[in-house]
Amino acid sequence: MEHLQFEFECSGNREDSQQATLSGVVSSGNLEVMLENADLNGLCRINVSTSAQGFGEIWQAVLNDFVARYNLANLQISINDGGATPAVVCLRLDQAMEEYLEIST
Amino acid sequence: MAIKKWDTQAENRRARLLRASSVCKGKIVPADRVTALFEEVIEPGDRVCLEGNNQKQADFLARCLAQVDPQRVYDLHMVQSVIALPSHIELFERGIAHKVDFSYSGPMGTRMAQLVADGKIKIGAIHTYLELFGRYFIDLTPKVSLIVAHSADRQGNLYTGPNTEDTPTIVEATAFKSGIVIAQVNQIVETLPRVDIPGDWIDYVTQAPTPHALEPLFTRDPAQISEIQILMAMMVIKGIYAKYDVNRLNHGVGFNAAAIELLLPTYAQSLGLKGKICRHWMLNPHPTLIPAIEAGFVESVYSPGSELGMEDYVSARPDVFFTGSDGSQRSNRAFSHAAGHYACDLFIGSSLQMDLQGNSSTVTLDRITGFGGAPNLGADARGRRHVSPTWLKAGREAQSGLSTTPRGRKLVVQIMETYREHMQPAFVERLDAWEMMEKTGMELPPIMVYGDDVSHIVTEEGIANLLLCRTEEERNDAIRGVAGYTPLGLGRSHSAVENLRDRGIVSRPEDLGVDHRMATRDLLAARTVKELVHWSGGLYQPPKSFRNW
Repeated sequence: MEHLQFEFECSGNREDSQQATLSGVVSSGNLEVMLENADLNGLCRINVSTSAQGFGEIWQAVLNDFVARYNLANLQISINDGGATPAVVCLRLDQAMEEYLEIST
Repeated sequence: MAIKKWDTQAENRRARLLRASSVCKGKIVPADRVTALFEEVIEPGDRVCLEGNNQKQADFLARCLAQVDPQRVYDLHMVQSVIALPSHIELFERGIAHKVDFSYSGPMGTRMAQLVADGKIKIGAIHTYLELFGRYFIDLTPKVSLIVAHSADRQGNLYTGPNTEDTPTIVEATAFKSGIVIAQVNQIVETLPRVDIPGDWIDYVTQAPTPHALEPLFTRDPAQISEIQILMAMMVIKGIYAKYDVNRLNHGVGFNAAAIELLLPTYAQSLGLKGKICRHWMLNPHPTLIPAIEAGFVESVYSPGSELGMEDYVSARPDVFFTGSDGSQRSNRAFSHAAGHYACDLFIGSSLQMDLQGNSSTVTLDRITGFGGAPNLGADARGRRHVSPTWLKAGREAQSGLSTTPRGRKLVVQIMETYREHMQPAFVERLDAWEMMEKTGMELPPIMVYGDDVSHIVTEEGIANLLLCRTEEERNDAIRGVAGYTPLGLGRSHSAVENLRDRGIVSRPEDLGVDHRMATRDLLAARTVKELVHWSGGLYQPPKSFRNW
């Protein structure tokens, strides 16, 4: 397993929700994503545990675009990756975020 | 001055048949005499056609040929659609054959590459099916053809059943040029259900000890279709099939195509597209097409071959499929590939690698796979003259703003996720095909579909419409614009891609009104093979390997 951590400075904030949301399932070629509120001083922090070694740059690019889409501060995202393709990562992240936004509004 | 003889080939044929009379009398050859027959009728250096496509195989005759005495039969030049069986390879390992002209070598691709490197196989050329069939009548006419049918009568008439495939083409080229045709059949009967090949074109028939091999090559289990494939299928239906009113089409084999087929009765139906798209098909009888047929989307299907388990379903739907007087399906690879090239407005297929010019290839470094039919189906038909709304619309897009003579365009769509499994990028700077060319001494890189024939590229990121691109740079930007997080995609200029988006050259799912939240497996008309059986009213009988209940 490779462990990667990414931090982004974000301006958007939603402090009205305390609930975490879990989306996706871990299985072959799939992954688990968890979004939760956290007091991170305006940061969005993403922890990735992945079975595929050496794809840090691709994770950085995928997560750059994801964070730019939503711009949410004080958000802790945990990703447990079983070798998913970037397409699956993007889809699961968007699904998790949509669920998170629904719960928190 | 010597008088020139004009019938040396016929004379040679008579001499061979005379020699063969020491092995067998009449047309029916006992299975245990086939190898001896080959040693009499095949001469060193002969061009020999061994029938077999990726569906049915003359497997018994192939085994017999691999057992001939290489002191008597050697130096053969094999011409065959597909190199698929261990016995095909054995011919070269034993020195019986030394050269091959073929179309496809999927399962034996790795072994082929090794034998080429060892100098045991000399490849004449790798063809498309239509090219190879064409050459059977020009400069690769077989002297002896070893073919396969379902059954024969005592006069040598053959019944191929649903899998007619390549047989009429091979027999035509051989029997009418003083060649010899030998058929293996599963059974010899008194009366055939129908005659697919007339007996006077056939020299010998043998009943093989076991029925000929037949692979369910076009069956895809809906249980393995991913959400990404469903998302891409939604984009294809809304962004291409609906936009261009696509009604005459061919699908390549694979899960991407299966996803589209299974979304017709659900997603396409919900968009009101029934009767407006996907009415006429050139396609093997894909089990995943059953729901679309039952839902009334599909009016006709013409097939290169059949598909194991689909026989009863096809027989019960003669309004849709081509069937004989006996009720069973009739297929023909040569006619259907001609139909796919000239009478279809759209081809959609997947590839392993695509470069910045849109060229695609299924070659990887250690495998020689060949072409099959995709290059003919996935190419603009430059000789086409009849019009259709789809063809004209594509042509108008390709020529808008240009002062060229008006003509139509075929839609050639390449669909793929930007990364394959194990994080192999589908978009690459340089195709592995170039290295294959350098390693094997080919004159050209083995490209499956050339970029200038491609009209659209579909990935999980969206659709790139190459018809609307006017410069090399625009094409490159459009391809980068759907290449995701591959090195080519990461090299994009965001402003250039946004500009192409404004002009409709790059479309994201949201630009097409495709909601990615709908891209779940619930959208599939059938999610399992069992549900396909249910849709067929129990007529579809899946092979054992696809039964998990």
